[in-house]
Amino acid sequence: MEDDTKQTTAWLTAPILLSYALFGTLPFWIEAVGLYHYLGAEILIWVIFALGYNLLLGYTGLPSFGHGAFLGIGAYAFGLAQFEVWPNLWFCLAAAVVVTGLFGAATALFLSHRRGIYFALMTIAFGQIYFFIASKWTDVTHGEDGLLNIARLPVTLGPVELPTAGNVEFYYLCFAVYAVLVVVLWRLTNSPYGRVLRAIKQNETRVAFVGYPVTLYKWSVFTLSCAVAGLAGGLFAMAQEGAYINVMSLQWSGIIVLMVLIGGGFVSFWGPVLGVVLYFVARDVLGAYTETWLLWFGLMFMALVMFKPQGLAGIWQDLVRRTASRRRRLPAPATEAEG
Amino acid sequence: MALFEARGLHKRFGAQVVLEEINLAFEAGQLSGIMGPNGAGKTTCFNVLTGRYKPDRGSVRFDGADITGMAPHRIVARGISRSFQIMNLFDEYSALDNVVIALPQVRARGFSVTHALDADTDARDRAEAVLDRVGLKGRERVNVRSLSYGERRALEIGVALATEPRLLFVDEPTAGLGTGATARLAELIRELKRHTTIVMIEHDMRFLFSLADRISVIHWGQVIAEGTPEELRENPWVRRSNLGGLA
Repeated sequence: MEDDTKQTTAWLTAPILLSYALFGTLPFWIEAVGLYHYLGAEILIWVIFALGYNLLLGYTGLPSFGHGAFLGIGAYAFGLAQFEVWPNLWFCLAAAVVVTGLFGAATALFLSHRRGIYFALMTIAFGQIYFFIASKWTDVTHGEDGLLNIARLPVTLGPVELPTAGNVEFYYLCFAVYAVLVVVLWRLTNSPYGRVLRAIKQNETRVAFVGYPVTLYKWSVFTLSCAVAGLAGGLFAMAQEGAYINVMSLQWSGIIVLMVLIGGGFVSFWGPVLGVVLYFVARDVLGAYTETWLLWFGLMFMALVMFKPQGLAGIWQDLVRRTASRRRRLPAPATEAEG
Repeated sequence: MALFEARGLHKRFGAQVVLEEINLAFEAGQLSGIMGPNGAGKTTCFNVLTGRYKPDRGSVRFDGADITGMAPHRIVARGISRSFQIMNLFDEYSALDNVVIALPQVRARGFSVTHALDADTDARDRAEAVLDRVGLKGRERVNVRSLSYGERRALEIGVALATEPRLLFVDEPTAGLGTGATARLAELIRELKRHTTIVMIEHDMRFLFSLADRISVIHWGQVIAEGTPEELRENPWVRRSNLGGLA
């Protein structure tokens, strides 16, 4: 995103197709590389969460440090919809999206006229408020115990009913959601709306002075980002077969920021995806060797922030640019397709 | 009646009164200048007139309607635009995209998630025309950070112009420019003046006096003198404060 402002009109791009190919075949090779199917589902759920989160952080430049709360709200909403209303997959996922979106919309009313550090502090405050409500309102959330026995609901398509109880089946449900969502978000970020968001990140004042209601844009993108978090939360509740409070904590809200930054959410649409994959692979691969893997991951994060704040995607873009310019023996043009 | 009128504007920051009592009127089709020493409140005055700050007292009217304390985007929608003294551009965007986003037709579709902006040749043509007007033809695809200082100053005006204002506020357009660039800017403003009502803060007296139809002198948060450049050359206030520097 950094140098180029070229927006694509394509619905499916090479990186999207590549991600389809990789994630679509993942169950066939993930065990061969020593990992397991459930990890694949976990990765996709966090990818969905991270892509939505990056609308705020990477595109609009709004740092939310309480976003884990919305993942949690989505999970509880999914579970409660299943237990109390109608155990149908589409209905429960829709409930997770709508309820979380409403919480986001209400929260954003207090945030959308704020900037910078004040915005960030308010997101922490709201994240903590929701965390404590979830921990104390035990009639609804069952507090520290969590909402147990949330079922992996089958996919109903007319007369056809596909089970999602197994990890591979459930993985493909997550993949289907990812496949649709990634195209929606790609179009969104390449639309006029996405361009306004990126302009807000660069210069909020000027956006107002060329006539845009900045507060309304910030409100809408916060709400949208929360709705996506709710979707991820609904899937997360199914993955874990329960809704637990820990993801709503400040620590987990920090981890999503870390994933998105390390991947390069500021410079690329794909940054969050890279960051999530790196995080989970590091957790499982480093974690197999040492209990202190998070320390190493943290050090890696620090090194990146110090030497390459554009993250993995930034390193990738540098490589592409360097090879391209070497091939042509010319400096890379200022505008090239977004990758 | 004047196109734009400010009555009794008062603005304080904490204990410091920056605008004491500002009364201004700008006529349609004219270029009105604002001058005054450093710290006189010129930029604050601009900020109040264009909606960046709300005045503590007083009123601002544009085209017969009260716009006091209105949010900037609403003021822009009514046909007022401004450029900034300290440059306020979109640094990650090309010159062209800085202008594209300011076009009213793009703004009208700001919430669109389906419109393909890069396939919008009409928007591109209009934006290219704006860049041509401000002397940036051939620099459309250049990233803002790669433009020269003078080019960015021109783009600063281009972005304001792209909103298609009826009234354009320009804050110290010559700041930091060399003689050549200042001369080109004078040409540009002379050309803009034919179609747009302009209000300009300017330090460079020669520049301002050669372009303005009327000038207001602001000092101590008040308008201490007002008139045509000829009248002001003779004004004892202006002479005494050595603001003219033209004698």
